Amino acid sequence: MPDKAHAPGAATSRGRSGPSPWLAAPAMAFFGIFAVIPLLGVVYFSFMRWDGMSDMTFAGLDNWKAVFTDSTSLNAMKLSLVVMIISWATQTPVSLLLGVFMAGKQKYRAVLSVLYFLPLLFSSAAIGIGFKAMVDPAFGLASQLRLGFLQRDWLGNPSLAIGTVLFVIGWAFVPFHSLLYQAGVRQIPASMYEAAMIDGAGAWKQFWSITLPQLKYTIATSSTLMVVGALTYFDLFYVMTQGGPGDATRILPLDMYLTGFRSFQMGKASTIAVILVVVGLSLSLGLNRLSGSSRMESQMEGL
Amino acid sequence: MLTKKRAVLTFTAVAAMTLSMAACGTGGTGGDGGGSNDSASVWYVSGAPKETLWKDQFAAWNQANPDQQIKAEVYANDAYKEKIRTAIGAGNAPTLVFSWGAYGPVAEYVSANQIISLEGKVDEALSRTLDSVDAAGVLDGVQYAVPNGDTQPVMLFYNKDLFDQAGVVAPITTWEDLLASIPKFKAIGVAPFALAGQSKWPDLMWLEYLADRVGGPQTFNDVVAGKEGAWSSPEMIQALTYIQDLVKADGFQESFGSTTADSNADVALVHTGKAAMILQGSWAYGSFKNDAPEFVSAGKLGSFPFPSVPGGKGDQADIAGNPSNYWSISSTASAAAQEIALKWLNEENLDAEYVDGLIAGGAIPPVEGIRDKLAASDDGEFLTAAYDLVLNAPNFQSSWDQVLSSVAAQEMLTNLDKIFNGQITPQEFAANMDKTINQ
Repeated sequence: MPDKAHAPGAATSRGRSGPSPWLAAPAMAFFGIFAVIPLLGVVYFSFMRWDGMSDMTFAGLDNWKAVFTDSTSLNAMKLSLVVMIISWATQTPVSLLLGVFMAGKQKYRAVLSVLYFLPLLFSSAAIGIGFKAMVDPAFGLASQLRLGFLQRDWLGNPSLAIGTVLFVIGWAFVPFHSLLYQAGVRQIPASMYEAAMIDGAGAWKQFWSITLPQLKYTIATSSTLMVVGALTYFDLFYVMTQGGPGDATRILPLDMYLTGFRSFQMGKASTIAVILVVVGLSLSLGLNRLSGSSRMESQMEGL
Repeated sequence: MLTKKRAVLTFTAVAAMTLSMAACGTGGTGGDGGGSNDSASVWYVSGAPKETLWKDQFAAWNQANPDQQIKAEVYANDAYKEKIRTAIGAGNAPTLVFSWGAYGPVAEYVSANQIISLEGKVDEALSRTLDSVDAAGVLDGVQYAVPNGDTQPVMLFYNKDLFDQAGVVAPITTWEDLLASIPKFKAIGVAPFALAGQSKWPDLMWLEYLADRVGGPQTFNDVVAGKEGAWSSPEMIQALTYIQDLVKADGFQESFGSTTADSNADVALVHTGKAAMILQGSWAYGSFKNDAPEFVSAGKLGSFPFPSVPGGKGDQADIAGNPSNYWSISSTASAAAQEIALKWLNEENLDAEYVDGLIAGGAIPPVEGIRDKLAASDDGEFLTAAYDLVLNAPNFQSSWDQVLSSVAAQEMLTNLDKIFNGQITPQEFAANMDKTINQ
C-alpha cells in the first residue's frame, strides 16, 4: 500500500488535469459582482463622510479614528469577542457529545435525533420572537406557569441579556453542529473500535483515544463555522434586544447596522464592515492553518 | 473554505450593495417611487386607523381621477424610516413624503434640497387644520410640511379600578402626590407605572415632560438651538434625577426593561390590572380599545395630564407628543406628479370623511371646530379631553427623537436607557449628550 500513496498521480501532467477552468466562470462572475465589487465599495465608503442623502465628502481617516476611539464601537468589539469565545466554548462540547450520541444506531437515538434537529427548521426571526415572548417577565412562560425562580428580567437586565441571547443562539445552532459531529463519528471505521476492544479499552478510553482524535477535522470545521459565524450574528440580537438594554448586547454587526441605518453615518458603518471582513477572513484562514486541515494529511494511515 | 469566506463577504455585501445602489441611482425606476411622468406616488406608515382610511381615500381618488393616479405603498414604522432615507438619497422618493414634522430628518431633506417649499400652495389644506399643529410643519418661516393625521398628545392613562382599590384620587396633579401614590399601589400588589423599557422611545416621554415641567420649553429649546452645554443645564439634570428617583422608588413594573411597546405589552399591564398608570401617546387609547374593548366600554380607563413638579417653571398645560404626522412633496418628482400631489392635499387631505374616520377610530383630528362631533362620538369623554388639551396647550413639544439629528437622537435613546437602568448618572448622561451638540 505505501507505494500507492507516494506515487505521483498520472493526472498531474500539465494542463489536462481536470475540467476546464472556464466552468468556474459563472460562479466567479457571481462572486465578483455580489461580493468583491460591493466589498471594494465598502472600503471606499469607509474613507468618506455620507449621511445617505446629501453629497458625499472625503473624510480621510476620520471614520477609522472614530471607530477606534468611540466607546460604543469599542464596547461592540469587546462584546463580539466575548460572544465568539463563549459561544464556541459552550456549543462545542454540547454538540460534540450530542453528535456522538446521535451516531449510535439504536432506534431511540434516531427518534431523539429528529427532535434535536427541529430548531434547525425554524427561521431565526421566529426563534427570536418566540423566545422573546416566552421570557417576558409579565406575560411569559414563567409568569403563566408560576415558576417564580425563572421570572427574571432576562432581556431587560444589562447583565442577563447577553447570556440569554447566547443561550438562544446555542439552542438554535447546536443541532447543526451536532449533525456535523454525527457524520464525523459515523465515518470512523468500526475496525478501530474492534481493535481497541481487543486491546481492552473501555468506552471512555475509546472516546478519548479514537473518537476525539478522529474528529480532529470535524472539530476544526465546526469551530471555524462557529467562530466566524459569531462575527456575523445579527438576526437574533436584532429581534430580541435591538442591542439593548443600553448597549449591553450591541455586538459589532448590530453596531454597524444601527450606525448605518439608524444614525445614517454610512462612512463609519462601512469602516465597521471592513473590520468585520478583515477579522473574519483572518480568523478563518488562521484556524485553517492552525488545525492543519490545509495540509490534508491522512488520518487513515495503516488501515 | 470559500463558503465560509463567502458567508462573511455576503453579509457585508448586503450592506455595501444597499449603499452603492443608493449612491448611483438617479432616475426613478418606476414602480418603486418617483412615479412615472403623469402619476404621483405616496408612502405611508402602517397602523390603525389611518392605514385603512388612506387606503380607501387613495383608492377613491384613483377611481375618480383616472388620468391623475396616486400609487400608494405602506410600510411598518421602522422599515419606513430606513427606506425613505435611502430612497430620497437615490432620487427615488415618493411624491408625497410622510414625516413627523419639519425637524430632524425633514430639516436634513430641506438642506439637501430634496423637498419643495409649500408656501402659498397649500392654503386650502392648511385652512382646515389647527394653527398650532400647522406650525410644526414650518422650518425657518417656510411651510415644508402639511399635517395629515391625528394629533397625538402624550398623557397619563390610568386604571380606575386600581385607583379605587388603592385609595388614590385621580387626577394626580403634583410630583409629590405621584410619589406618595407609589406605596399605596404597591400595597395592593400592582406596579404604579407601566413602561415599555425595551422599546427605548417610551422612556423619552418621561424626560420630555419632566424637562418641560422643571424648566419650561426653554430647557430643550437650548439643545435645539445648539447652545453649548445645553444638556447639562441644572433643569435637565433635575429632570433626569427625577427619573432615577422614580425608578429607585420602584415606580415602574418589575423588569420593565423586558417590556416592549410594539406588542402592546405596556398597555396590557394596565388593562390586565398589573399596573395602575402608563405615560403614553393618545394612540394608546386605540390600543386599549382594540385589545380590551370591555375594559374601555365599562368606563374603567381614565386619563389626565402630566403633573407639575415642585418649584418648576413649566406651565402644567404644556404638552409633549406628536403634533401630527405630515406630508411633504419631493423635489425630484415630475411637475405633473407635484401638481397631482398639491391638488390632492388641497382637496382631500383631512377632509370631512377622513376626519369622521379618525374620530370613529378613537383618534383626535387636528382640525378646527369639531368639538361637538367629538363629544357625540362613542369615545366622547376621552376625545374632548384630549382635544382641549391640544387646543389649550401654550407649547406642544414634538418628540425629541424627531427633532434632533439622527445621530444625536440615537445617542440620546441609548443613554436614556442607561439612565433608567441606573447604569449612568444624570451628569454622565449630560456629558455624553453635550458631545452631540452641533454635531
